[in-house]
Amino acid sequence: MSAPAAALTALREKFPRVTERASADHPAADVPAEELLAVLRCLRDEHGYDLLADLTAVDWAEGASPRFTVIYHLLSTATPGYLRLATACAGDTEPAAPSVTGLWPAANWHEREAYDMFGIRFTGHPDLRRILMWDGYPHHPLRKEFPLAGVETPLPDPEIVAETGAKAIAAPMAGGPFVASPGEMKMTEAEPRAKDESWNEAKDKPE
Amino acid sequence: MATEMNIPDSAARGAQVPAGFDSERMSLSMGPSHPSTHGVLRLQMELDGEVLTKCDPVIGYLHRGDEKIAENMTYNQFVPYTDRLDYLAPLANNMAYAIAVERLAKLEVPARCQAIRVITAELARISAHLLGLGAFGIDTGAWTVFMYAFTEREKLYTLFEELTGARFTTSYARIGGVARDVPEGWTQRVDKFCDQFLPILEEILALLSRNKIFMDRTVGVGVISREDAIAYGLTGPNLRGSGVPLDLRKDRPYSGYEQYDFDVPVGTTGDSYDRYLVRGEEMRQSVRIIKQAVANFPTGLWYAPDAKRIFAPPKDKVLTSMEELIQNFMIVTEGPQLPPGEVYFEAENPKGALGFYIVSKGGGVPYRLRIRAPSFCNLSILPKVCVGNLVSDVVSILGSLDFVMGECDR
Repeated sequence: MSAPAAALTALREKFPRVTERASADHPAADVPAEELLAVLRCLRDEHGYDLLADLTAVDWAEGASPRFTVIYHLLSTATPGYLRLATACAGDTEPAAPSVTGLWPAANWHEREAYDMFGIRFTGHPDLRRILMWDGYPHHPLRKEFPLAGVETPLPDPEIVAETGAKAIAAPMAGGPFVASPGEMKMTEAEPRAKDESWNEAKDKPE
Repeated sequence: MATEMNIPDSAARGAQVPAGFDSERMSLSMGPSHPSTHGVLRLQMELDGEVLTKCDPVIGYLHRGDEKIAENMTYNQFVPYTDRLDYLAPLANNMAYAIAVERLAKLEVPARCQAIRVITAELARISAHLLGLGAFGIDTGAWTVFMYAFTEREKLYTLFEELTGARFTTSYARIGGVARDVPEGWTQRVDKFCDQFLPILEEILALLSRNKIFMDRTVGVGVISREDAIAYGLTGPNLRGSGVPLDLRKDRPYSGYEQYDFDVPVGTTGDSYDRYLVRGEEMRQSVRIIKQAVANFPTGLWYAPDAKRIFAPPKDKVLTSMEELIQNFMIVTEGPQLPPGEVYFEAENPKGALGFYIVSKGGGVPYRLRIRAPSFCNLSILPKVCVGNLVSDVVSILGSLDFVMGECDR
């Protein structure tokens, strides 16, 4: 048994509510949100998973419950091997998850990004602000209902907007390669043609 | 006001205000267009005289939504976008992405393809580190290094152009192979480049390694302890500069790296100077790897022949054979058909561990594609490492962290 798999077995003995997660590569586990911090602390201090390689989230689309999952990838610097842990966010419209910034400062920016992109609130995060989009941006772009082209948004500085009338407009959808859809699809749907043809550079987007 | 600070420079210590003398703090915005922020990074700093009391990096100026774009196109279509992550080492990015998808497809590529990828990734590492050193030199007042480095990079770009058809955005790797086989005599030219490069590298490093001005600007500046480096998720030369010998090429070998003999340099104190030394040594090691790969360059196919539903067939076959034409058509219109599942793969790129986390629900389009950018993680330590330093030292720290905003902002 590989070192990560052994760590996971030991973990599941200690935390019976941790369940195995389907994975195509590294050993993975689902962790209930209440036990997340204890589990991660145990992995870091007792099993040597000292490096938080990645922290991200997945949106399982509107209608799914739990809709958002936070994914942690841990790496051990002593006996390198990855572990994947997943925890479902509480709440589907206003998701929340415990912050792990207390365990790894590395989580600070990753959680800010997950908040920015998905709107997940990390309870206990010292400074949860947007990181890639600007402050005051009203959307969470990586949510599945957010359109690829973007949406028209006022710019953050009202003075400049008043003077110039500038705004962040959505990208034109005419033609372009952004047409492929996930899952099973008919060939005609995958042809290189914009899906939403009701508007383009010449014709304004309907309100 | 008395702030507990560790001021590294004797001149700064002399300029320190006497106790009880309360001065007003100044806030200063450095960037987003500043020569030392290497792209579009903005540092919102709070200063007490010349000394930083707070540093808040503002990023996102180059955010293009690569992860959202990836969810809306087939796996093959995303390869050119990986060029634009760390645009100083597109060949290494292409390879990391291709391997991540191959892990999902449970696909093994032939030895020749692996060797081509190793050679290109190591050439990309040399190219990226040369630029990193050149820019670091400029930041600390040594212009010559930049000129030397760019002369060598020009030779590398000529090699890239010959192999991939492009100098900068190469899009060379494919899922299950590479775009085309190496041209006649290319590996010999790579070997020749390595032979003439080694003495020039020594010359370049000699310009900095014992340079009084450079050492004054870097030794003991921006010290990152081993514990901090791990806690902040640093990877690559920045982690190894702090003395952690983690190199994914050694510890989690991919693409046949286990066959090559090379050393992993580590620093001792974790200051800017150590990070410079690590990069210098890594270039020597890259040359070692390339020379081994060229000497034992495998024959055979440069793409996985069993990947019928993933890798587009050779063009001459597409134009002459019905079966290959249909196969090509299906791959172009529907994308490579991959099984459902989750994979996470990290490759040791010039800037650190570039990770791709892919969630697939089957079919030709990823359901979610996450890019773990090393520059993003490496920059997240700035608020910690910059505080207590002089503004001019921030320039040297930024240079030593060697980041690329295209990758940080994605």
